[in-house]
Amino acid sequence: MKAFTFEKAASPEAAARAAAAQPGARFIAGGTNLLDLMKLQIETPPHLIDVNGLGFDRIEPTDAGGLRIGALVRNTDLAADARVRRDYPVLSRALLAGASGQLRNRATTAGNLLQRTRCPYFYDTNQACNKRQPGSGCAALDGGVTRQLGVLGTSSACIATHPSDMAVAMRVLDASVETLQPGGQARRIPIAELHRLPGDAPQRETVLAPGELITAVTLPPPVGGVQVYRKVRDRSSYAFALVSVAAIVQKDGSGRVALGGVAPKPWRVEAAEAELPWGAAATAAKLLAGATPTHDNEFKLTLAQRTLAAVLAQAKAAT
Amino acid sequence: MLAHPFDTILAISRRELLIAGSACAAAATADAQSAPAPRPADAPPPPASTITLQVNGQSHRLTLDNRTSLLDALREHLHLTGTKKGCDHGQCGACTVLLDGRRVNSCLTLAVMHDGAQLTTIEGLGTPARLHPLQAAFIAHDGYQCGYCTPGQICSAVGMLNELRQGIPSHVSTDLQARPQLTNDELRERMSGNICRCGAYSNIAEAISEVAGAEVRS
Repeated sequence: MKAFTFEKAASPEAAARAAAAQPGARFIAGGTNLLDLMKLQIETPPHLIDVNGLGFDRIEPTDAGGLRIGALVRNTDLAADARVRRDYPVLSRALLAGASGQLRNRATTAGNLLQRTRCPYFYDTNQACNKRQPGSGCAALDGGVTRQLGVLGTSSACIATHPSDMAVAMRVLDASVETLQPGGQARRIPIAELHRLPGDAPQRETVLAPGELITAVTLPPPVGGVQVYRKVRDRSSYAFALVSVAAIVQKDGSGRVALGGVAPKPWRVEAAEAELPWGAAATAAKLLAGATPTHDNEFKLTLAQRTLAAVLAQAKAAT
Repeated sequence: MLAHPFDTILAISRRELLIAGSACAAAATADAQSAPAPRPADAPPPPASTITLQVNGQSHRLTLDNRTSLLDALREHLHLTGTKKGCDHGQCGACTVLLDGRRVNSCLTLAVMHDGAQLTTIEGLGTPARLHPLQAAFIAHDGYQCGYCTPGQICSAVGMLNELRQGIPSHVSTDLQARPQLTNDELRERMSGNICRCGAYSNIAEAISEVAGAEVRS
């Protein structure tokens, strides 16, 4: 690990200012992803700003009837919150499907959104990776093993996926991300717009500006319905998704659906949701349109449609 | 008669064998690109911070290189070597300790982030004379072979049983609203962050189940 200076942020404003003032500085909260990457020298921040003391660790009702989740709320606490379990069960289910008990006790809401891909070529510093070292190429596309990698929203520069389960549920719930910019202004970003597609600059993963600090994630009022998160992976616990489906299905068969494990961001196509009453095949045709799979990960398209079919059957049985 | 190779191995103690093994591992690591370059004599020391940790009821004041993981602070600076370093990347759970009462991977957090924190390690749970019930149960059920993952398994189990008492659900809980019970499925899901390379899982599950007093259903 490269040496770095360290400070405990005294206030959110000071944290954002400090991060903007020092190129390459990083916020640290749970640290479960950042420290892993620092040990491998994939991340080499010269300065760390510890934001754990900033008090963003509460879940509060909003005036609109939703929930405001502090950026520092740990994954365990968010999954176990009585309001989330009752009104947003797809979020509890997604969180509980990710990582291990120890990791969920440390990992935070904002950190989960900002975690980086687990593409093996991003992690292996001997391999070309446009995300880790812009312009160096993509070892995955250049004859690599791509079974785990993306089939939608990818580019000729990068086919990495976003690894979060939580973010897929947040996307289907229409969450918004609240931030504080280094100048002191707050802004609100719909979760659909937080993550960028790779294009020719896969190193830029979000629309956040340098030093911009996530302070909370807000959920709109509960929408009811049967809420399901189904994750398919190579072992039954403590593994990243090959494909996951987050769905909210209403009594009349209408609903919302988003996919995880297939794209550089949670994958939701609102136009495809009109097809939900007609079943998984009709929905998948629109949801997976434009897919660019490799020979190794073509199976994800079939798997996504079948997982969606299983989720819709589960939802129908529960209504 | 030529000595059987195993006789040679058995003639050295387990600790010597481990030390020899570590030396091989260290030699292998030194070849890797991650080995730090030697620091010139006139270079400034790496940035450090001074913190206080409450470990197993005792207060320790430490000045540490900022890069020091909580795990390395415990092992290398406080010489509490019960907590083990397995993968050092949060994948194996051997480094699990209780941080302010909750189980965490001590390899994936920095010591300097925990000024004033309360830590419990395997050394603080019990002593050879007064074993923690989980330590006694692991012995009674033979919940290990080599024993390297055991301190992490036991600290994790303590934290896991607390989580269960608090009603925290898991991936396999069928009803998110119901109070979770410690079935065999629940136990295995909740302990999935602790890997046992020897594969002593069934005995580990029995040891934890006995202490939890749960009637284990498969």
